[in-house]
Amino acid sequence: MKWSEFFVTGEPLIYAADVAIVLTIIGIVFVLTYFKKWKWLWDEWLTTVDHKKIGIMYIICAVLMLFRGGVDALLMRAQLTAPNMKFLDAQHYNEIFTTHGTIMILFMAMPFLIGLMNIVVPLQIGARDVAYPYLNALSFWLFFFGALLFNISFVIGGSPDAGWTAYFPLASNEFSPGVGNNYYAVALQISGIGTLMTGINFLVTILKMRAPGMTLMRMPMFTWTVLITCVIIIFAFPVFTVALALMTFDRLFGTQFFTMANGGMSMLWANLFWIWGHPEVYIVILPSFGIFSEIVSTFARKRLFGYKAMIGSIVGIAFLSFIVWVHHFFTMGAGPAVNSFFSITTMAIAIPTGVKVFNWLFTLRKGKIRFTTAMLWSLAFIPNFVIGGVTGVMLAMAAADYQYHNSYFLIGHFHYVLIAGTVFACFAGVHYWYPKMFGHLLNERLGKWAFWLFMIGFNICFFPMYFLGLMGMTRRMYTYAAGLGWTPLNVVATIGAVLMGIGFIVFCYNIYYSARYGERDMTGDPWDGRTLEWATASPPAHYNFPVVPEVTDLDAYWAMKKNGNGYEVKEEQLEPIHMPSNSGRPFLISIAFFIAGFGLVFKWFTLAIIAAIFIILGLILRSFDDDDGYYISVDEIKRTERLARKGA
Amino acid sequence: MGVNNHHETFPWKHIVGFIFSLLLTFAALWVALSSGLSAGAIIGIIVILAVIQASLQLFMFMHMTESDSGKIQTINMAYSFFIAVVVVAGSVWTMSFVL
Amino acid sequence: MAEAAHRYDETMPLEYRTQESRLNILGFWIFLGAEVALFATLFATYLVLFQRTGSGPTAKELFEVKDVLIETLLLLTSSFTCGLAVFEMRRGRLSGLLTWLLVTLLLGAGFITFEIREFIHYVHEGATMQTSAFLSSFFVLVGTHGAHVSLGIGWMILIIIQLLQRGLTPRTARKVFIVSLYWHFLDVVWIFIFTLVYLTGMVI
Repeated sequence: MKWSEFFVTGEPLIYAADVAIVLTIIGIVFVLTYFKKWKWLWDEWLTTVDHKKIGIMYIICAVLMLFRGGVDALLMRAQLTAPNMKFLDAQHYNEIFTTHGTIMILFMAMPFLIGLMNIVVPLQIGARDVAYPYLNALSFWLFFFGALLFNISFVIGGSPDAGWTAYFPLASNEFSPGVGNNYYAVALQISGIGTLMTGINFLVTILKMRAPGMTLMRMPMFTWTVLITCVIIIFAFPVFTVALALMTFDRLFGTQFFTMANGGMSMLWANLFWIWGHPEVYIVILPSFGIFSEIVSTFARKRLFGYKAMIGSIVGIAFLSFIVWVHHFFTMGAGPAVNSFFSITTMAIAIPTGVKVFNWLFTLRKGKIRFTTAMLWSLAFIPNFVIGGVTGVMLAMAAADYQYHNSYFLIGHFHYVLIAGTVFACFAGVHYWYPKMFGHLLNERLGKWAFWLFMIGFNICFFPMYFLGLMGMTRRMYTYAAGLGWTPLNVVATIGAVLMGIGFIVFCYNIYYSARYGERDMTGDPWDGRTLEWATASPPAHYNFPVVPEVTDLDAYWAMKKNGNGYEVKEEQLEPIHMPSNSGRPFLISIAFFIAGFGLVFKWFTLAIIAAIFIILGLILRSFDDDDGYYISVDEIKRTERLARKGA
Repeated sequence: MGVNNHHETFPWKHIVGFIFSLLLTFAALWVALSSGLSAGAIIGIIVILAVIQASLQLFMFMHMTESDSGKIQTINMAYSFFIAVVVVAGSVWTMSFVL
Repeated sequence: MAEAAHRYDETMPLEYRTQESRLNILGFWIFLGAEVALFATLFATYLVLFQRTGSGPTAKELFEVKDVLIETLLLLTSSFTCGLAVFEMRRGRLSGLLTWLLVTLLLGAGFITFEIREFIHYVHEGATMQTSAFLSSFFVLVGTHGAHVSLGIGWMILIIIQLLQRGLTPRTARKVFIVSLYWHFLDVVWIFIFTLVYLTGMVI
């Protein structure tokens, strides 16, 4: 292979990106060396097994990926602003919508929510860490290096260009001969393994590590949604693992799964992809529902309305999510029986979702509502998400779907559910739990600016798309002729996208501004919260709770505050706390995964095998490892607690 | 919850399980190759035999219901069985329309 | 129940005594649930594609009863002996445990040997992974199972070494128990391969 094939060449945008990447790396290395932070980085972050730090790393990566995916989106909108634009060519446009979709779903939405899960769930259930802290670190680093592998594709080798759904035969060697789709198959596989392990980890954590007294029916709603999400992850991700493996075999070893000859069946890929893909969208929406539930209840100062109905709804959604996948390819023409069945199951999902919307509304009713930034995001979610949901029911009608299929109507629909659902939830959750993560609040004024810019921009950008779809504009077209009547609405959409971009910049500035000037959270409970995470200091000590709290009610911390002085710790109650040791192995094993993946992408099998040997070696070392963790002494806990209280 | 079998000195449960597994295997083999039934009937019967044999492994060899997590383990396997049926039957049904 | 989870319980078998062990065993069960979904997808792929033989041979032309039966009996017996190993462990007999684990290992190795021979035989007849959709899905489904068995053999060797080094402790006992779950599970998968791939292939 020639160097000119190895590196992507010929595009000024790419050269600029090359320069930016090299400068960023030099900058990071310089800063770390100059401030002598290498050891700090290794000890505090790269080897950590602390769920709170892992959560923060997830969220940092997710925000970076939101930036990357957002730039992709703005490039697309720029190209579509006017007819016959020459800003991007067809190939470049294909690559950009592919990476935009893949990154936003798998490397932005999911890690963002997993990050919040990591930070919040153990605190909410009164645990000191997750069930498998070592595995948790491995999950994160596999996600990280999977994302890295996917992202380097745009400067090395070329990006995937067959859409985030990577349908065959387009994604086959025949029609996508470059390495782009190899990146897709391998990078998603690596990060997918990490996601599956997260699912198992949090399922066991929630089922087995709750504080005494916290029965299942006293669990906070966010924890409930995470539990159900984990179930979906555990049973959906293996399907994706297989689908990606078969894609890899087809592309690297010439098997005939999805080919056009020798019996291969292209539509089988679509089938397998959506058996995973549909549950996947519930993986990113259920925790969002949980976040909104927490925030609505806190800022309406009321117990969540219809707690049991909420749980019934999420269980129902989880069940239905596995039996609707064919609605993504009604137009394949699987006959009236198949399409009717999947049409009905799809519409049925609207029922539990509707129940939840009413529950939020009734929670707000007669509440003492405080309009914080987190609350604004949550309130905006309800009407916007309903628009996305209702258009979803329109798409669910198989006969009508023959009209809507793959038009901008669909684009409008899924952005309304994914942005108003998941992205709003991520912003809401970050504002809400930010003091728990960093010990200071995000500035409310800037937060509200970001909210209004983003929310208004979002509606200006995506509402016109419904009409563009009905006017006949189909998805993934890189340009269009003048005179179709699409131009005005496309201009409007682009303006909206720019507003969203400005909103994002304000959000990022807010992070910087608040770190310098933000209000410190001395109480640990800035919002007058209801659940156990607000019982800890902000940020919580390494061990979360000096004494494991006793839970007597659904809103555990609220009940403590009403019945006494909150969560009190008497020094004579303290006992040594057992904590897991840090380990650098998850990081190193994940590097080996990255190298093996890189080898597979370029069919450098020797490299892949050597890296695979290192992976196996890492597993063997883990098997022989008998590090049982360590104990934090009572004296040290006393010191930490006194220091935290002095701050208060 | 019935974890304690320190006192058993002979592995009756395992031996019975093993004998049943052998019987079910050979029964399936006979049904498939020598029974002379229609293909549909054969497949129906051997799938049922396989499900019985799999349950035998889960209950007799893997002690699925023991320990304080027995209930979770059982629900987990039951749900995974449901997913397996959905994935297999759903795919075969839907994909039967592809030429 | 949550309090009980922290207790070191002397009345339980060795592998359940620490909280870490109980969590790991439960986690492994959950993982097996994920494995069911994984193999279900491979089965779905196989069943969708198995009559799409292109210009290659059909299942009926390829499969032979004798080879398959030998593989089945080897794996079935190994699952039984693996159960005996855990039985011996619960009686506190290290030597019995080691013996049965070793027998399991050898039977597993025998299974793999026969499977590789079977694959080589097919390849010699011109039936490779690249020949047709049927063969691609056959090799990947059965091969994934075979890879699992091979991994299980390697894993079991590691555990035998640890048993020899450290004897029976709550930690090694838990490891034996988990590898036994894995091994039995592979037999469960094989039952379905035997039924849905080989027997069905010989009927239709």
